[in-house]
Amino acid sequence: MTTYAQPDINGQFGQFGGRFVPETLMRAVLELEEAYKEAQNDPEFHKLLEHYLKDYIGRENPLYYAENLTKKIGGSKIYFKREDLNHTGAHKINNTIGQALLAIRMGKKKIVAETGAGQHGVATATVCALLNLDCVIYMGEEDIRRQQLNVFRMELLGARVESVSQGSGTLKDAVNEAMRYWVTNVEDTHYIIGSVLGPHPFPQMVRDFQSVIGKETKKQILEKEGRLPDEIIACIGGGSNAMGIFHPFINDTEVKLTGVEAAGSGIHSGKHAATLTAGDVGVLHGSLMYLLQNDDGQIQEAHSISAGLDYPGVGPEHSYLHETKRVHYTSVTDNEALDALQLMSRTEGIIPALETAHAIHYAVESAKAGNPEDIIVVCLSGRGDKDVNTVKAALEERE
Amino acid sequence: MGKIAIQEAIEQVNARGAKAFVPYIMAGDPSLSELKDQLLYLQESNATVVELGIPFSDPVADGPTIQEAGKRALKSGTTLPKILSVLKEIKDDITVPIVLMTYINPLFKYGLGKVFEDIEAAGVSGLIIPDLPLEQYSLIETHIKKTDLALIQLVTLMSPDQRIEKLAKLSEGFVYAVSVTGITGERATISDQLEGFIQKLKKHSPVPVLAGFGISSPEQVAQVASLGDGVIVGSKIVDLQHKGEQSKIRELIHAATQPSVI
Repeated sequence: MTTYAQPDINGQFGQFGGRFVPETLMRAVLELEEAYKEAQNDPEFHKLLEHYLKDYIGRENPLYYAENLTKKIGGSKIYFKREDLNHTGAHKINNTIGQALLAIRMGKKKIVAETGAGQHGVATATVCALLNLDCVIYMGEEDIRRQQLNVFRMELLGARVESVSQGSGTLKDAVNEAMRYWVTNVEDTHYIIGSVLGPHPFPQMVRDFQSVIGKETKKQILEKEGRLPDEIIACIGGGSNAMGIFHPFINDTEVKLTGVEAAGSGIHSGKHAATLTAGDVGVLHGSLMYLLQNDDGQIQEAHSISAGLDYPGVGPEHSYLHETKRVHYTSVTDNEALDALQLMSRTEGIIPALETAHAIHYAVESAKAGNPEDIIVVCLSGRGDKDVNTVKAALEERE
Repeated sequence: MGKIAIQEAIEQVNARGAKAFVPYIMAGDPSLSELKDQLLYLQESNATVVELGIPFSDPVADGPTIQEAGKRALKSGTTLPKILSVLKEIKDDITVPIVLMTYINPLFKYGLGKVFEDIEAAGVSGLIIPDLPLEQYSLIETHIKKTDLALIQLVTLMSPDQRIEKLAKLSEGFVYAVSVTGITGERATISDQLEGFIQKLKKHSPVPVLAGFGISSPEQVAQVASLGDGVIVGSKIVDLQHKGEQSKIRELIHAATQPSVI
């Protein structure tokens, strides 16, 4: 068996990835790559990162055996990796703390980031408050309207939230504006991208910072079960929680890896965010990857009840793992995710994020088809407090 | 047409002691039916080369003015195939060399195997692809080399010296010296580092050096043009055209191309 070693020296995962950015950003992107390599080889950097992961974020978080849910379904054993118990309530902060420490190493005192629902924005504003960095967050005006509380949270943490009215005023446009801000202020600013997206080295770096999820999972499942799981399931927007939990298992080919995209109102409705299921290859935000686009190469809007999955692209490494078939990608609709969210809340007393509920729905289906000796691990990427208004409205509409 | 046409057009202007002026317009703003008249006006106003923007949904290198122009173009149903078909129709009337400014994705989706030949067949002389840096050139290299299209390199004040040298040597048609850090759009002042930067480019480049980004007044045109071989003006031209102030476009062009004002 060959050992998985992606990306290559050009930052490509097969044909995917690369650095499709304006010349103005090339210097920053190349400097970041150098700085990241140095940090990776510096034990002091790892020591500092581990300190924050443990004492600030609260790692390691549990791998929880969901006995009630398992019994209710009567199939495979279901475990949840509890990223929802991290400080700020999701996996996002694993990445923002790593990148903020890297920015400080590079002598950059200002941070720019984009956010959709606000989870990455809050995780970025949090570490900026902690590490005394200036923080600007770009957020689509439509998302600002839908996520007032998260906007206030970011402001409370000392960040400046900039409303983006360009384009459709959602996540894709917020990324555009954050990149424009970075191009203009590149000398003193680092861009903390929130997922395994963007030009090299971002997809690799974000994956590496998120890989703590998979490393802990491996250790914990061996302690609890004495063997690796049969399947690992995670939801996919850009794909950072999935890449984080999958990566340490890629060489363990006996472990089935499943990524769950958002099918929105259904693939055939055209209103979805299932990039790998229904998109094709193109270039956006610095990277060659699968995209939702029209026949003329214009990027299309994604649709999902969960803002965190509402992105028309998917990380280049996922695009690669899709083509090599190492990871199986599937999709789950808004309605199915809502059902799973309610089931999880009532059965286990855990309200998951709407994003995560997509993965839970698929896990339930997979567990039904399995038997009690089989083990499934689901990445519980975030908690659902942020979604209660959306869920309430959606359930009322359904009645 | 092709690489030589661009370079010769600029060198001819320079030979009579004037500077080149390259206006940028967005194809399909407000609609493609006006493209012919727009190009003829620029040609009659003595534009040296015309940079024609291809609208894209996510133009990360552009400021608000060009973003809005792109939105108007997309709204009017503009696509790359339609633009090429209009250009092909009016090919005989347009003598000024045309350079397309396009993000890579519309080319990628059209098909890299045929897009460059179709662009050339439409009478276009060159391309500027702002999100295709040197590192990704191999993606298009074999395809574009089958044509005589110039691939114009953008070089920035931020680029390290070695990179400046490499890009200057590689550029075809002309070198595009990005005169500001940031995105397209008007700026109040011109960087004082610009003169040294343009000199560096001129030292290494076999083709003319034109500066662009952030230039908006006849005074800035004259000032920046005097540092190199000419200027490129985008947002301001798009803005004037949108407002219907064509005569001011001519003033800008003349600020570079009429030797008396330099």
